[in-house]
Amino acid sequence: MDPTAAATAMNLTGDLVGLALADETLARWQFGITTVYHFLFVPLTISLATLVACLQTAWVRTGKDRYLRATKFWGKLFLINIAMGVVTGILQEFQFGMNWSDYSRFVGDVFGAPLAFEALIAFFFESTFIGLWIFGWDKLPKKLHLATIWMVAVGTVLSAYFILAANSWMQHPVGWTYNEEAGRAELTDFLAVLTQNTAVAHFAHAITAAFLTGGAFVVGIAAWHLRKGRHVEVMRTSLRLGLVTVVVGGLLTAVSGDHIAKIMYEQQPMKMAAAEALWETEGPAPFSAFAVGDVDEGRNVVAIEIPGLLSFLAHGNFSDPVPGINDTNEALQEEFGPGDYRPNIPVAYWSFRWMIGFGMISFALGVAGLWLTRRKLFLSDRLREKAADTERVPILALTRDGELGPTLSRWYWRLAVLTLAFPLISNAWGWIFTEMGRQPWVVYGVLPTSAGVSPNVSQGEVILSMSVYTLLYAALAVIEVKLLVKYAKAGPPELTDADRNPPTRIGGHDREDADRPMAFSY
Amino acid sequence: MNPIDPTNLSSLSSLANPASSVHAALEPHALTVVWFSLIAVLWIGYFFLEGFDFGVGVLTRGLARDRRERRVLINTIGPVWDGNEVWLLTAGGATFAAFPEWYATLFSGFYIPLLLILICLIVRGVAFEYRSKRPEERWQRNWEHAIFWTSLLPAFLWGVAFANIVRGVPIDADGEYVGNLFDLLNGYALLGGAVTLFLFTFHGAVFIALKTVGEVRDRARALAGGLGLVTAALAVLFLGWTQLGTGTVWSLIALVIAAGALVAALFANRAGREGWAFGLSGVTIAAAVTMLFLTLYPAVMPSSLNAEWDLTVVNAAATPYTLTIMTWVAAIATPIVLLYQGWTYWVFRKRIGVQHLAPDPHGPTDGGTGPDTTGPRTPDAPGSPDAPDRVPTA
Repeated sequence: MDPTAAATAMNLTGDLVGLALADETLARWQFGITTVYHFLFVPLTISLATLVACLQTAWVRTGKDRYLRATKFWGKLFLINIAMGVVTGILQEFQFGMNWSDYSRFVGDVFGAPLAFEALIAFFFESTFIGLWIFGWDKLPKKLHLATIWMVAVGTVLSAYFILAANSWMQHPVGWTYNEEAGRAELTDFLAVLTQNTAVAHFAHAITAAFLTGGAFVVGIAAWHLRKGRHVEVMRTSLRLGLVTVVVGGLLTAVSGDHIAKIMYEQQPMKMAAAEALWETEGPAPFSAFAVGDVDEGRNVVAIEIPGLLSFLAHGNFSDPVPGINDTNEALQEEFGPGDYRPNIPVAYWSFRWMIGFGMISFALGVAGLWLTRRKLFLSDRLREKAADTERVPILALTRDGELGPTLSRWYWRLAVLTLAFPLISNAWGWIFTEMGRQPWVVYGVLPTSAGVSPNVSQGEVILSMSVYTLLYAALAVIEVKLLVKYAKAGPPELTDADRNPPTRIGGHDREDADRPMAFSY
Repeated sequence: MNPIDPTNLSSLSSLANPASSVHAALEPHALTVVWFSLIAVLWIGYFFLEGFDFGVGVLTRGLARDRRERRVLINTIGPVWDGNEVWLLTAGGATFAAFPEWYATLFSGFYIPLLLILICLIVRGVAFEYRSKRPEERWQRNWEHAIFWTSLLPAFLWGVAFANIVRGVPIDADGEYVGNLFDLLNGYALLGGAVTLFLFTFHGAVFIALKTVGEVRDRARALAGGLGLVTAALAVLFLGWTQLGTGTVWSLIALVIAAGALVAALFANRAGREGWAFGLSGVTIAAAVTMLFLTLYPAVMPSSLNAEWDLTVVNAAATPYTLTIMTWVAAIATPIVLLYQGWTYWVFRKRIGVQHLAPDPHGPTDGGTGPDTTGPRTPDAPGSPDAPDRVPTA
């Protein structure tokens, strides 16, 4: 790699024509498409595993049918989802080598270990115990079967930790040294990679956001049934569980997100300046509510701002200055030599807003829902009378005596169903912000993205693979969503005696009924 | 921010030059040999376990006579295929961490074959999970087609890939693969593909014989006899070719073990000793993979252009520090994985036949026992609000 070529490629990053022709552009698009798609399923897997485990625990402890029915219902949707998460994850493990071989050569000594441990520790856990859970209803005693879904939940969270530690190293490389002779990054302190504040903060943010996502998924589907007055017993329990998850998850997502912001102002000032389209250093710095900017001139044409708020987000007071894009770019030029070190400002600015916006909306709907459904009023006989009339919806309690009007009620239920989608959108923009905001670096301050791409993989090959993945993923999305809708609409299953009476010994029931059918088979 | 020397950017030029004198100067480290062996173990684990998964997938066509039998076959691997596949992810991750140069050259060089394998693995996983989720015959048949092809193709392609690694591919002085797709489609590699395809299918047949009851079991045993003979002929040809090319005394020993185990597996199968037959076909796979790795060592990816450009356990390896950490983690985690994964097989040790299949949740004869009986027959009908919650008093 000729260093001037890297610098030239970086100069062209802002230039649309240069961007379209740069070697890494297609590989970046492919990585973006496949990773954002993969991450639609990941947060749902993480949170639904735990929520299903909670419901099953409630059943094991109380023996109440509604908890078992809820377990089976949400468990089925969880399985439809995790199948997609698993298969799209295989690609992730291969893609670094396939499309980013120079990146892999450069970082493998540091970055490979967390990936290997993710597979060895987390994926084995997840994949083995999910098989036991799916097929184990009539093979394992009650509590042991319950343990398997908790194992899956632990596996998903461990997996998140390893991959986020790896990603955090790309955002803020620590515990490494540059070996000039070998021309690569080498690990010096693995514990630092695993425990640096960036990794901890990103882990907290991703996990809490995952619970916001799973909670909203439960709220959306439960609300869809309740609105029509169906499966009231199971769905009310689910709705409340989902709403609590949304509110707690949402609150913690905001807290952890704020923490990330403060870390990022120290570690990646350019990313946060770009997120705010803050061109010049200002103190006190305003928070931008809306802006239209001119990237070439390095200023905003239109800007609606809240004074001082950005200083508060960055420093915890309303006066300290926050470095702007232009100053930061100059500082980076002094440090790393000539080049344009700005990410795509409009993408960074808007992805940041959409991440926060959609997250906030789902959180707000969760808070409203928790309040409105706090009393069982909406489950009263009046609900059941009205349920036959599809235009009417369950009543919501605004105050002790007052109820929400019919129009507002109808709107709440409608929005509650839509809540399902908001965190998914928020998650996608969150990753787009994190990764696009780090550009033009793949490892911040160390390796430019243009230097990471596979030199021996042709543009044609990337176009081929990207088209195939995109078409395949689109087809699978249609199939998956249709299945989810089908099973979501079907509602929780009826229970049989066999469901309520799991075996008491490992391997199944007594010897005499050798021809007993399996509780579940593919 | 971690401040770096600005000259770092210019020294990135050496980044694509793994085989430079710099790497050759690195001292061989005992742990590189450990990790070379561990990666061989991971591939053995993968081919042993997913080998029979692939075989079962291939045999859904040819061995199963109807849909119910096909369901039986799929369910023999139902609870375990996902865990089996993780061996591949671990092999990939471990290669990335322990031998970054090997990972980078192999995965970028074999771009199109790996693309095909990935597509197959993606579709295959979804096929297992989704096939039974809808009652329509066309839906199920389509996924069954998918299971067949997405098992057959990787079973063949992994052989092609490994044969090419052993044979050597065009790798330049910078450690980059400089060949094209057609360089990978040589006679030796295609033979390697045929070997893995037949070996895995044979392995799958003896697995089915071990895991099923009834007619399927008898037919699986009969079919395994024929498949085993073809496998033996192909394997002896391929491994013999390999031995003549780059073999050592050690690889010859592995070859003899592989051949002996395969023959013994055939006898055990004929004698109806299904457990032995399966174990021995597993030994065949393990010995064959071991032989390939023995012929490779100390290279991990020989260059067909110049022996000095080989990627080896020395110049492709990670630092001793990284390898040390990985060794500790692997030493602790691997036995645990083996324990709980082995336990899974014990939990699902019962043989299955058509009589054991759960009633088709969508079937008309299913008297309300399936998990999906409240199926979406009238999804939008404004049903009685409390009816779906009523619990049958059984």
